[in-house]
Amino acid sequence: MNFDFTEEQVMLRESITRFIQEDYKFDERRRISKSSSGIDKEVWKTFAQLGWLSIPFSENSGGFGGGPVDVSVIMEEFGKGLVLEPYLPTVLLFGGLINSAGNEEQCSDLLPKIIEGDLFGAFAYLERQSRYELTDVMTKVESHSEGFILDGEKVVVLNGLNASKLIVSARTSGDQFDREGISLFLVSADADGVDRVSYQMMDGQMVSNFRFNNVSLGTNSLIGSLGEGSELIERVVREATVAISAEALGIMGELNRKTLEYSKTRKQFGSAIGSFQVLQHRMVDTFMAYEQVKSLLYRAVCGLAEDSDDMECIVHALKALVGKMGKQIFGEAIQIHGGMGITDELDIGHYAKRLMMINTTFGGEDYHQEKFNNLRYDYHSLA
Amino acid sequence: MDTSFSEADLLFRDEVKNFFSSAYDASLQKQFESFNTYKDAVIEWQKRLYKQGWIAPNWPVKYGGTGWSSTQKFIFEDERASAGIREVMPFGLGMVGPVIYTFGNEKQKEHFLPRILKSEDWWCQGYSEPGSGSDLASLKTRAEDDGDHYVVNGSKIWTSFAQYADWIFCLVRTSTEGKKQAGISFLLIDMRTDGIKVNPIISIDNHHSLNEVEFVDVRVPKENLIGEENKGWTYAKSLLAHERTGIAGVADTKRALFNAQELARREINGGKALLENPLFQKRLSDIEIELLALEFTELRVLASVASGGAPGAESSLLKIKGTEMQQAVQEIMMEIAAHYQGVLDTEHSSEVIGHEFGSSARRAYLYGRAATIYGGSNEIQKNVIAKAVLGLE
Ligand SMILES: Cc1cc2nc3c(=O)[nH]c(=O)nc-3n(C[C@H](O)[C@H](O)[C@H](O)COP(=O)(O)OP(=O)(O)OC[C@H]3O[C@@H](n4cnc5c(N)ncnc54)[C@H](O)[C@@H]3O)c2cc1C
Ligand SMILES: Cc1cc2nc3c(=O)[nH]c(=O)nc-3n(C[C@H](O)[C@H](O)[C@H](O)COP(=O)(O)OP(=O)(O)OC[C@H]3O[C@@H](n4cnc5c(N)ncnc54)[C@H](O)[C@@H]3O)c2cc1C
Repeated sequence: MNFDFTEEQVMLRESITRFIQEDYKFDERRRISKSSSGIDKEVWKTFAQLGWLSIPFSENSGGFGGGPVDVSVIMEEFGKGLVLEPYLPTVLLFGGLINSAGNEEQCSDLLPKIIEGDLFGAFAYLERQSRYELTDVMTKVESHSEGFILDGEKVVVLNGLNASKLIVSARTSGDQFDREGISLFLVSADADGVDRVSYQMMDGQMVSNFRFNNVSLGTNSLIGSLGEGSELIERVVREATVAISAEALGIMGELNRKTLEYSKTRKQFGSAIGSFQVLQHRMVDTFMAYEQVKSLLYRAVCGLAEDSDDMECIVHALKALVGKMGKQIFGEAIQIHGGMGITDELDIGHYAKRLMMINTTFGGEDYHQEKFNNLRYDYHSLA
Repeated sequence: MDTSFSEADLLFRDEVKNFFSSAYDASLQKQFESFNTYKDAVIEWQKRLYKQGWIAPNWPVKYGGTGWSSTQKFIFEDERASAGIREVMPFGLGMVGPVIYTFGNEKQKEHFLPRILKSEDWWCQGYSEPGSGSDLASLKTRAEDDGDHYVVNGSKIWTSFAQYADWIFCLVRTSTEGKKQAGISFLLIDMRTDGIKVNPIISIDNHHSLNEVEFVDVRVPKENLIGEENKGWTYAKSLLAHERTGIAGVADTKRALFNAQELARREINGGKALLENPLFQKRLSDIEIELLALEFTELRVLASVASGGAPGAESSLLKIKGTEMQQAVQEIMMEIAAHYQGVLDTEHSSEVIGHEFGSSARRAYLYGRAATIYGGSNEIQKNVIAKAVLGLE
């Protein structure tokens, strides 16, 4: 057993920390969030040059061959800087699906572009009615001799505005809630029949709704096998869930650190507010919450790396805990900052809003806790 | 002990219900929803209440109150919330008005009270300062004696709606001798006076309601002093008593919870309505059970005030529990809105984006974080209970 990071991982962490402290200060981040694309494409190029976009891809695709630990290091540091550039949607979701299920042509065409920072991708999996359920899919694809016809709608697509390529989950057979019969397709965001409406979310990211009106797709647009997309989706979402939990951990650490610092400098009644025991105990609680999240994250990261059997359960547990502890941590951070915590000017509220959005990405606290309960407390299998 | 309504109360309820449904129309509701028309909507609604004679139920009859029993006031609040109507702006009607009729002189009463009732002046509250939040009595904004004027220097912060205000009521320092509370005066200041500057503060919900108000050599006629110099702290504290009715916001929280329940019926996750989900049900019922109790706690306090009791630390209890319940319901709404809680957009219709309440849930939730901070933070309220009720030092 060993909880140490490798030398390479330590260097990776340091290089991201340095980048954020020098080139991605909060004011810079604010400027980017107010720009029309919501991201800085130069920054993305820098990520490519520094090799960060290649981390999860295998060496024979031109990648670095990193694993879940490397990804979690990146995401944790990105969390601290509230990085807006679309690492999750482009590299982990879009790239992750191509990497795990793309055919040779798809891989050799797309992965180098991702690694070079020349392609923004997105994964369109949510629907108006689906809430958090990945397999609630009504978007339809019909097969014909020369390819496929895609019809339907996807909503709240992360990085939708900037993406030139999408991976869309669509039903090729079965009914709305069936796990079977879902397939994945590669779609150009500017293909005929694709309508895009983009809008901003409270954490600054630009997302889109896509309407697909009988969009023609070639035979080579299918990713993986027909009707067997659910497993691919579940796997990539599981990995991405661990990754954004690492991002959440980075945010939680910053919120705790900044709040502690503030409590030592803000004076009321002639004393630093951090001297009041009630606030001390609450900061002890948020400190413990952070440590608990870190432990469960490590458990999940190691589980992914070792492909352990209980991964499904652990990831549900992790996301439920991230949701619950996240609320506690940003709640206390705002409360202890008093009026200052309610301002747009201070970064505290922005960290809070990103945590709130992380809570809704791939399912919230209750959603994951219910899944956990269903896996753990099956009355019939216990009997 | 009897908690049923009399025949007269029931008739009163019908009257109130009818008034709300006819006077609060859809176009006014729409005006309230946009920030650009918000101020006009507030004023228009308050004028309609004034015309009906119901603008200030808590004021004494001789100054324009309604003379209602505590039951009637309860019914009025309950019906207002059920109709989805917000409370009136508190600064004039709930805060400075009562201070003026209790501690002001005849001239002040004659001038200011009718203007407050008719919503002719918009008031804001200038208490907090950058260095003086929870420890309000440490405030430093100075008012120096200059013959028949005071000269005011300093700055106030978190001043809600100062950008709309015609007048501000301020706590200012007129003496630095003795206890810090003993050198504070209560001053009314015309916002159009030279030397006042209002700087906007954008809040976490991306809106502008908060401000910093700077005073540089602002000359305020002494006739605008309330009561005696250096007694302002006493007046400000007694003002809190007038904020008490409805401070817990039970009626509004009840309505919000009901609303949440209806929305959760329509949200389907994996083929099952959210309202059927046991975890979600637990969240709802945790709140509803405490609300059932809090509603009666509020009634007990109201009844004790009506029979001449002086409400003390109970108001702290109402504030703590009330704001906790408000935040809990706001959190439930976020849960229901799922991804759509993040939507910031105002350019596209909710129909295009796919959800009609995500944005409003977000605004309410984010701004709602402030409810446990302003009006004396919940930590300060707990300190009050510990000291005043439990006798802890
Ligand atoms: C089952 C049991 C077994 C034990 N076994 C042993 C043993 O084998 N050997 C031994 O030496 N002792 C033993 N103890 C004693 C134990 O260590 C003491 O009970 C403990 O140190 C608390 O002291 P106290 O009981 O005097 O409570 P107090 O110190 O009087 O505390 C009372 C309450 O006040 C709180 N409190 C006190 N100070 C503060 C503060 N500064 N801030 C906030 N809260 C505060 C405490 O947390 C507690 O809730 C045992 C106790 C129990 C209950
Ligand atoms: C949305 C909003 C609207 C407002 N509107 C107005 C307005 O119109 N007019 C006006 O005058 N003011 C207004 N305020 C200001 C409000 O009253 C203050 O924010 C409040 O008094 C807290 O002061 P502070 O922000 O300086 O926080 P601080 O006093 O610095 O408190 C920071 C934290 O320390 C805690 N704390 C402080 N002292 C203690 C203690 N002794 N024990 C334990 N914990 C303690 C607090 O509870 C809080 O969690 C508003 C504030 C907000 C957020």
